[in-house]
Amino acid sequence: MNPRPPAAPRLRVAVHKFTSCDGCQLAFLNLGEQLLELAERVDLVHFAEAGPVDPDAAVDIAFVEGSISTPEEVERIGRIRRASRYLITLGACATAGGIQALRNFADGDAWLRSLYARPETIRSLATVTPIARHVKVDWELWGCPVSGRQVLAAITSLLAGVTPRAEEDKLCLACKRGQAVCVMVARGEPCMGPVTRTGCGALCPRFGRACYGCYGPAENVNTRSHSRCLAGLGLAPEAVRARYHFITSQAPAFLAAGNSAQDDVT
Amino acid sequence: MNDDTTQGKRGEDKGAAEDGAAVFLERDALQTLLALLQSGGYRLVGPQVRDGAIVYETLGGAEQLPRGWHDEQAPGRYRLHYDPASPRLFAWANGPQALKPLVFAPRELLWEAHRDETGNLRFQDCLPSGERIAVIGVRACDLAALALQDAHFLEGPFPDAAYHRRRTGLFLVAVDCSHPAETCFCAATGDGPRVEAGKGAAWDLRLQELEAGFLVEAGSRAGAAYLARLPARAATEAERAAALAQAQAAVARQTRRLPAPGPSAGAPCHDAAGLAGALTARHDHPHWHDVAQRCLACGNCTAVCPTCFCAGDEEVPDLAGTASRHYRQWDSCFTAAHSYIHGIVIRAETRHRYRQWLTHKLDTWHAQYGRSGCVGCGRCITWCPAGIDLTAEAEALVP
Ligand code: SF4
Ligand code: SF4
Repeated sequence: MNPRPPAAPRLRVAVHKFTSCDGCQLAFLNLGEQLLELAERVDLVHFAEAGPVDPDAAVDIAFVEGSISTPEEVERIGRIRRASRYLITLGACATAGGIQALRNFADGDAWLRSLYARPETIRSLATVTPIARHVKVDWELWGCPVSGRQVLAAITSLLAGVTPRAEEDKLCLACKRGQAVCVMVARGEPCMGPVTRTGCGALCPRFGRACYGCYGPAENVNTRSHSRCLAGLGLAPEAVRARYHFITSQAPAFLAAGNSAQDDVT
Repeated sequence: MNDDTTQGKRGEDKGAAEDGAAVFLERDALQTLLALLQSGGYRLVGPQVRDGAIVYETLGGAEQLPRGWHDEQAPGRYRLHYDPASPRLFAWANGPQALKPLVFAPRELLWEAHRDETGNLRFQDCLPSGERIAVIGVRACDLAALALQDAHFLEGPFPDAAYHRRRTGLFLVAVDCSHPAETCFCAATGDGPRVEAGKGAAWDLRLQELEAGFLVEAGSRAGAAYLARLPARAATEAERAAALAQAQAAVARQTRRLPAPGPSAGAPCHDAAGLAGALTARHDHPHWHDVAQRCLACGNCTAVCPTCFCAGDEEVPDLAGTASRHYRQWDSCFTAAHSYIHGIVIRAETRHRYRQWLTHKLDTWHAQYGRSGCVGCGRCITWCPAGIDLTAEAEALVP
């Protein structure tokens, strides 16, 4: 008879917020009943959106939502890293910049001056950067927002003492498993699926939309060929660039693909 | 399979009818067959228009069949067109999928493990229900592919229980292809466009669609039992001649073929050695690099290919840490995980992955299953977002 394994000590978990829309925390909260089950096995010591607040607590796992866009955030992410055993980024902003990183391609100060009555009250950095540009990140969860299933899978793996399973295949495989009809082939939609990592369950293509690439680059992407496919569907080079420089623009493969879109398609 | 073949030995009594035994059925009487199958306990699965393509899904009745629809296929492109004047239900070539998802599920639970009160692990098989499904409008290429999937899943030393369950529940109503797409080359591989007895997986009923209705014949005892209950009459000489002419025209429409080097040149490639040995001999050919410039390594080709059978496994433990579910799902030789072993990805680059796909499909498949793994359905050509055409790539490698 196998002895029952000794009960593991309860993991302490924190969920931190940086520059973001809170959607990833909501995806976490939307786990509903499973979140209650999770609370049985871990101590949620800091999760402002759900209740507990203790931002400086030392924890086993720190989930970080949002990107770095202010001087205060640069300093705060360092503190969190020092207080955490594992740091996991939660979603597109934390992992690859998010939509606010579009200001990296523009004159952010000019935007500030044109939008706010008193721009001098706003302290923000010239560029928006993913968490990994500032501190070591142990695991990345992609998506805008993240998938609750992946969040749970990461925690369950860590509870079992194993590395979470990387999901880095192209979205196309999930799309085909779900018996969705390819929107690129059947409708000429400029889909990012062939370069985007799986995880969302092919949500957009299943509803007839082209993938936006919110899960960031898959492993072994051929962005040059993909850019040419998009151009072949009628997209101008600038439109191809904009597909890459979107929600996950700071992921190196997409940043480079957008930068070279003009050359790639001509 | 069907009520009469009991033990899941696939189709020992199927596909046995003599050519020429066909009777004529008015087009509207097809609904009678569908209703009979439904009352015989079958769920109907048949072609329908959904999201701009013809897909096989649960069918309520004949009115859902794609009457008047035609497809237009090219590398990386698929479009449907509607012709209100056409009475035909099957005037199109295959869409992205047909039989494969019904027998080799895209994702399925294989087993569960539970830790009981005493700490022991208990394992439990999770087999599919063994539902009976009648598939309407199965093409010759898909019957050929089904025979290959059978060879892989059932005829080895370890038959696959889940596949066997699903496979045993199938009743196949085949239809001859009258309108091959520009991407089809089943005539060249010897797998179509006609449905023939003794070729590919066995079928229960076979239809040939004409302007006014169908020639129908039975290929199994179960098929014959249904056929006997249909309001059919003897086919006329003119109807037989029309069916033959249509079949010849369907062959003539096909332009693509795979290269067949050496002594087998010109022969249908699965009758002969085809490309066996030819691609392994070109392992270091510079063309693999060329195709990798275009290939997205997206795996769409393998997902739509009706013979591809690679799967990956995933373990999904529950939150409480007391149970775990073990899933199998479609994988592809274009993923990193497919060649991950002991700390390294063996086929890290796209040229290695494309080479694996083409070499296995067209070359080493011969040694494994006695023929090429390609049945000429053209799906991998149409559904490749980059429009890569395996016949052209094979030609470039083996001119
Ligand atoms: S290799 Fe392509 S053409 Fe051949 S059977 Fe597979 S999908 Fe069809
Ligand atoms: S051949 Fe086409 S469908 Fe297959 S992996 Fe390459 S780009 Fe994707």
